[in-house]
Amino acid sequence: MSEKEIKNLEAIFEQRIANEEKIEPKDWMPEKYRQTHIRQISQHAHSEVVGMLPEGNWVTRAPSLRRKAALLAKIQDEAGHGLYLYSACETLGISRDELYDQLHSGKAKYSSIFNYPTLTWADIGAIGWLVDGAAIINQVPLCNTSFGPYARAMVRVCKEESFHQRQGYEIMLTLCKGTPEQKAMAQDALNRWWWPSLMMFGPTDAESVHTEQSMKWKLKRKTNDELRQQFIDQTVPQADILGITVPDPDLKWNEERGHYDFGEINWDEFWQVVKGQGPCNRERMKARVSAWERGEWVRDAALAYAEKNAKKNIKKAM
Amino acid sequence: MKKEWPLWEVFVRSKNGLEHRHFGSLHAADAEMALANARDVYTRRNEGVSIWVVESSNITASQPENNPEFFEPAKDKVYRHPTFYDLPDEVKHM
Repeated sequence: MSEKEIKNLEAIFEQRIANEEKIEPKDWMPEKYRQTHIRQISQHAHSEVVGMLPEGNWVTRAPSLRRKAALLAKIQDEAGHGLYLYSACETLGISRDELYDQLHSGKAKYSSIFNYPTLTWADIGAIGWLVDGAAIINQVPLCNTSFGPYARAMVRVCKEESFHQRQGYEIMLTLCKGTPEQKAMAQDALNRWWWPSLMMFGPTDAESVHTEQSMKWKLKRKTNDELRQQFIDQTVPQADILGITVPDPDLKWNEERGHYDFGEINWDEFWQVVKGQGPCNRERMKARVSAWERGEWVRDAALAYAEKNAKKNIKKAM
Repeated sequence: MKKEWPLWEVFVRSKNGLEHRHFGSLHAADAEMALANARDVYTRRNEGVSIWVVESSNITASQPENNPEFFEPAKDKVYRHPTFYDLPDEVKHM
């Protein structure tokens, strides 16, 4: 194809998206669109999968059967979300093994929030309330993104996330109504998860390199800063109901703006964790790679069994 | 061995009276595993009463770049639509 023809196709493509048309896997698309989507959808899938690890830490120590069943169901949902997203990503022409390999080799990123440890049971509450709360704000606009398989996966994911957030908040609520020690535990979890949750929306608009292109392709509908503000505005009153304090001395309602003002985010910490120096980066990847490697014989055996049965069936038919 | 499990397309009937609809895809070693995985991945909240799984490689799909000539024949046959036929307003229920 000549350069002029490609330019022409690109113009038609951008117009289709501007007209709210969806792009499906076999449609022509600019290479950059394909690559950007592979990057974003796979990062998203990896985050779901790695996100199971900090929660898995508390399955055997959940304080009641009710909590344990809910936590297991939530973790199973995260696995499901990862699977919806991996298969959406594969429609762009990359294999599942390549995707896993990118995660395991460190080439692909996942959400940095999962590189923080879950030290107490209250952390499971804080994750559901704050981390899933932030994820919902990030994800809801994606239900309407331009790439069909991604949008459809996100519709399913968003339907299920609301349970995650509510179960987390209920854990926090129970602790906050409990003994002073339990309430202190909830406060401690909020102290540790608040800032990393704000970082989940990514760098400030001034620093964000992908925003403009992502807006055009409807991978983003609002900027990082807008989404972060939305999260703060809706979460602070929820902390008030719990009776615990958001760990930000600069947090203050701004009547004029109609929003909360908030303090400076520690971006050095953010970049440290992104670059692999968070408290649990190595542990998470080690657990993930080990699960993959130790499962290899099972995958091979299942395939060998399927192939043997297929041969048997052919013989029977002859 | 290092071989990927094949890809399967999953179709789910949400309730009797409705058709099976494409829900997504997944990897599985064989059809039986594909069904079990489809249940766990796509129907954790009673989303279905029946599941079909089809190995993706068995699906033949039309190509979007051929859409103009592929779907063209239907375009100039307006006489297939009821509005093509001129009837007086007095005719009711037709």
